[in-house]
Amino acid sequence: MSRILGLTGNGAVAYAVKQCEVDVVAAYPITPQTLIVEEFSEFVHNGEVHTEFVCVESEHSAMSACVGASLTGARVFTATASQGLALMHEILYIASTLRCPIVMGVVNRTLSAPINIHCDHSDMMGSRDCGWIQVYVENAQEAYDWVLQAFRIAESPEVLLPVTVNLDGFILSHSLEGVEVLDDEEVRSFVSTRKPVITIDPNKPITVGPICFTDFYFETKRQHVEAMNQSPKTINEVNGEFAELTGRRYNFIETYMMEDAEAAIICLGSTAGTAKAVAKRMRGRGKKVGVIKPWVYRPFPAEQILKSVENIGSLAVLDRACSVGAPYGPLCSDIAAVLYKENVKLNIFNVIYGLGGRDITPLDIEAIFNEALEVAETGVVKEPLKFVGVR
Amino acid sequence: MSEEQKPGWRSIPIAGIITEPGSAMKYKTGDWRAYRPIIDEEKCVNCLLCWIYCPDAAIKRGEEKVSVDYEYCKGCGICANECPVGAIKMVEERR
Ligand code: SF4
Ligand code: SF4
Repeated sequence: MSRILGLTGNGAVAYAVKQCEVDVVAAYPITPQTLIVEEFSEFVHNGEVHTEFVCVESEHSAMSACVGASLTGARVFTATASQGLALMHEILYIASTLRCPIVMGVVNRTLSAPINIHCDHSDMMGSRDCGWIQVYVENAQEAYDWVLQAFRIAESPEVLLPVTVNLDGFILSHSLEGVEVLDDEEVRSFVSTRKPVITIDPNKPITVGPICFTDFYFETKRQHVEAMNQSPKTINEVNGEFAELTGRRYNFIETYMMEDAEAAIICLGSTAGTAKAVAKRMRGRGKKVGVIKPWVYRPFPAEQILKSVENIGSLAVLDRACSVGAPYGPLCSDIAAVLYKENVKLNIFNVIYGLGGRDITPLDIEAIFNEALEVAETGVVKEPLKFVGVR
Repeated sequence: MSEEQKPGWRSIPIAGIITEPGSAMKYKTGDWRAYRPIIDEEKCVNCLLCWIYCPDAAIKRGEEKVSVDYEYCKGCGICANECPVGAIKMVEERR
């Protein structure tokens, strides 16, 4: 039986982690993530969970402690944002190649300088190549749902990779929503307990993380790539089981009004909600627009995106991060690569928006849709890369 | 072992772990050597300075003379440098 609780995005993550009966949480506070571990520490204090809560002195230590704990076979969670994620950077790669199925909430916040605590995706995009599965959510409900699914995906022996669940700082982390939660018992049977593949056993000693030079490093990395390449099968299965349990069907991407769309926006996270509302309004005026929202960013859902853009004339790719000096922002670079690889000629343009938490308004989005419609009609991309919302 | 003989990514243990203890013995660091120390037994006076100085414990003591364990000698040349009678020559490896 499900209930509806009033939860913030951070609260929804903390609640999901509690229900997943996590063994170890090692974390360091950072705005706008702090409330996740703060609320979780209350569960620990109240004796509602059996979790070993490790207060560390930095995010570098947090992720290091998580790696150690995960290698013992424990179920491990942490959360961070922005500079904290950047400080974890080197350990992120260690966690993933050592195949530690850690789940981490990343409450997206921009990177300094200037110092700013508000939302954009430059933190996660800065660590994009760390070899973790990366999920972006649109609202608190999705944050809750994906954390539950993340443990299943991460810990699956077929995957054994860490997962970040990304939620937009403040926009989601601090907004209160009605979130439909499962009973503890339902979560327990859905998530189950972790069954470690690598075990630490004094009677059967192994060495983890030894030096590995020119002779085996490449092979170990290739194995990691393969784990990521094979993960869609498990992600799909877990999405399917979750849908049976809750009626909420997740996938690699969500498409909205794409069936007969002439132009579309693709974007990550909460902006998709605004884009959907604007698309609906424009549909009322006969403008055929739609929205594509990747839930799963790594592994990149190339196949699903290609299929969704099959019949449109133009795609606006929104990036809430910029890769200074690159031809496009990160999401658009991926899209361009996929289109080129499959020899699909689609007129795309990249919109960099919302850096440092700058709002993107429905009017901004409507203008982007109109531009995409114009590109679809004329076949001419006037501005391949533009900045929206900057003075 | 040549590159072709080593196991590939499909067959090596997951996550680069080593599944048995004491396996460092099997890691033949002698592969790294660019110069090979050659001991001239005629000159050697068995003073054991090379045995003391070798950072890889690759000098083996014998009854009267020392010898080099080429499976682990990395060819640093310290032994040749320390030998008081110039009994050790460093010769370029040819493979
Ligand atoms: S060359 Fe270096 S490693 Fe080799 S025997 Fe001499 S001192 Fe030891
Ligand atoms: S240092 Fe020279 S003389 Fe002394 S034991 Fe070694 S090889 Fe022989």
